[in-house]
Amino acid sequence: MSTSNRSAEHGSFTITRTYPAPPERVFAAWSSRDAKARWFGAPDAPDYSLDFRVGGAETNRGGPPGGPVFTYEASYKDIVPSERIVYGYTMEADGTLISVSVTTVEFAAAAGGTTLTFTEQGVFLDGADTPAVREKGTGELLDALGAALA
Amino acid sequence: MLKYQPVDEVFRALGDPTRRDLVERLGAGPATVSELARPLDMSLSAVLQHLAVLEACGLVRSEKAGRSRTCRLEPGGLQLGADWFAGQRAAWGLRLDRLGAVLEADLAAEEAAPPPPRPPEGEGAGT
Repeated sequence: MSTSNRSAEHGSFTITRTYPAPPERVFAAWSSRDAKARWFGAPDAPDYSLDFRVGGAETNRGGPPGGPVFTYEASYKDIVPSERIVYGYTMEADGTLISVSVTTVEFAAAAGGTTLTFTEQGVFLDGADTPAVREKGTGELLDALGAALA
Repeated sequence: MLKYQPVDEVFRALGDPTRRDLVERLGAGPATVSELARPLDMSLSAVLQHLAVLEACGLVRSEKAGRSRTCRLEPGGLQLGADWFAGQRAAWGLRLDRLGAVLEADLAAEEAAPPPPRPPEGEGAGT
């Protein structure tokens, strides 16, 4: 790849949800492999692993049939039970690094349950110059739209 | 050389109607600064300032050829990154909704069949 294709685009977003369960319960859904697999992605994915401790890793691998293989690798940096989780993660498409992010998940007791605040800050590298990457972004948008309309 | 293209700056840049107009017209193809300025009711230096904002956030690039400067949209780059983060946001919105559904299902199941009042250590058998 020539240096003229190098780029680093930064992005961040925050999502907030309130759940009718105490912070301990919501946190528990993040802290074990089996609990998290129920909602994080493909529950039966053989390549999903979670070692939930500071310095521990989380990995996932997958992609559309016939498409590129996306590899997710996270490393846990800060864990305050029932209050906060901070992890860094990378995404690769067919072995090419496409993004590096820091994610902060905060749990706060709220009336009737827990408010969860999810913040991701990241850098998207080199336009990852593949249509597959664009399709993944767009596909997830369309999935979200479909779920919202269902 | 690394390009730095924060999404926030792009949104700020596009918050101005003149700059949106410039981007829309450049979408039809490259144009010189004087061509871009002609239909606008403002000084050339004001137009140059708007173009400088668009260039600074990576939406537009320009090249000087002789006495005129030609502007064009920066191909692809920024849109890909914005799409990527929009996709990540959408995917996380879905996951966090699934998490909510799982929590609610668990709570409903517990209400239907209440667990013993004491935590597991207190379980009668054994210890």
